[in-house]
Amino acid sequence: MHEWALAEAVIVAAAQTADREHLEAVSVIRVRLGEAQRISRDVFESSLREILAREAPRLRGARAEIETEPALYKCRGCASEWGLGVTLNMLNEEESEAVHFIPEMARVYARCPDCSSPDFDLVAGRGIWLVSVTGVN
Amino acid sequence: MDPRLAVIERRLQSVGTVIAVAAGKGGVGKSTVATCLALALHERGYRAGLLDLDFCGPSTHVILGAGTTHPAEDKGIVPPIVHGLEYVSIVQFAGERPAPLRGLDVSNALIELLAITRWGPLDALILDMPPGIGDTTLDAVRLLKKARTLIVTTPSRVAQETVRRLVALLIEVGAPVLGFVENMKRPADPSPARAIALLGVPLLGELPFDEQLEAAMGDVGKIRNTAFSHAIAELAPRIFRIGL
Repeated sequence: MHEWALAEAVIVAAAQTADREHLEAVSVIRVRLGEAQRISRDVFESSLREILAREAPRLRGARAEIETEPALYKCRGCASEWGLGVTLNMLNEEESEAVHFIPEMARVYARCPDCSSPDFDLVAGRGIWLVSVTGVN
Repeated sequence: MDPRLAVIERRLQSVGTVIAVAAGKGGVGKSTVATCLALALHERGYRAGLLDLDFCGPSTHVILGAGTTHPAEDKGIVPPIVHGLEYVSIVQFAGERPAPLRGLDVSNALIELLAITRWGPLDALILDMPPGIGDTTLDAVRLLKKARTLIVTTPSRVAQETVRRLVALLIEVGAPVLGFVENMKRPADPSPARAIALLGVPLLGELPFDEQLEAAMGDVGKIRNTAFSHAIAELAPRIFRIGL
């Protein structure tokens, strides 16, 4: 459940943003999740609610809006592009777990489906992003 | 913004000091120094952790004989205990396979690990840095405000030249440098690295070239009985105090 750790990161970052922008109450926290992060959205959302309720009074009334960015991998050798499903099909359970924790581990276990190169980039869908924090001054 | 960056300091709140063991080039014994420093601190009663940040060439698991340990998952990842140390390495995720990571991958993997790893209360977290002045060094300086760097070099002029560049960079970016240790020292070697001392970095100690060390790799009990390990054990409390 490392979703909890990432949800906590979002709340800490949102609180810092609220401080910086002198927000007295935050109404909406917009978050973009990279698909390659392979976060359970349900777990992430419930973790956000739990942390919001107990850690940040100014953020307690906030609503989280979460969007997902699809993952896209691109081979440096043959320029082939593919998505997360193709990558996951190459992994066993243990390898998939490693990629769940650290998405860069895809480069350890997956290969370009066309030329078998390990030299590919995750060009979209990596990471977690605090898009905006909205509230009242 | 990347929210992971915001939580890194919180993850290290329960860590007293962070000591980054770094070198200008590979092959100077940096990982062995980092590992034995962590073990020595643990033996003296300090709560110590070891984080191997050499993603492309991890080796502390070999020195420790760590086997196939894995972090537990509990609101993040919880480091396994290896020989008394809280221990995290990329090997726990990549296994025995190579990790062909480019610069951005290295940065992202580092940020992810720092953001999700829940270290217990520690007196000292020892970082085994990759050699040189690449992405991980720059990221560690940027992200780990608590980190103090311990430089490892050898009597080799080649090693000292690369260390001089590393030290110059660290000084330029305002990263605190504890001092340096000169490793693989033989009786006939010349006096300590003048090129580094000229930059104002103190020599903290000399570590002997120890022919027994290679045979002890992977067996912490044997490592503890080497002259090298004894020399580190002598230095460890001083390094810890300076690092606070």
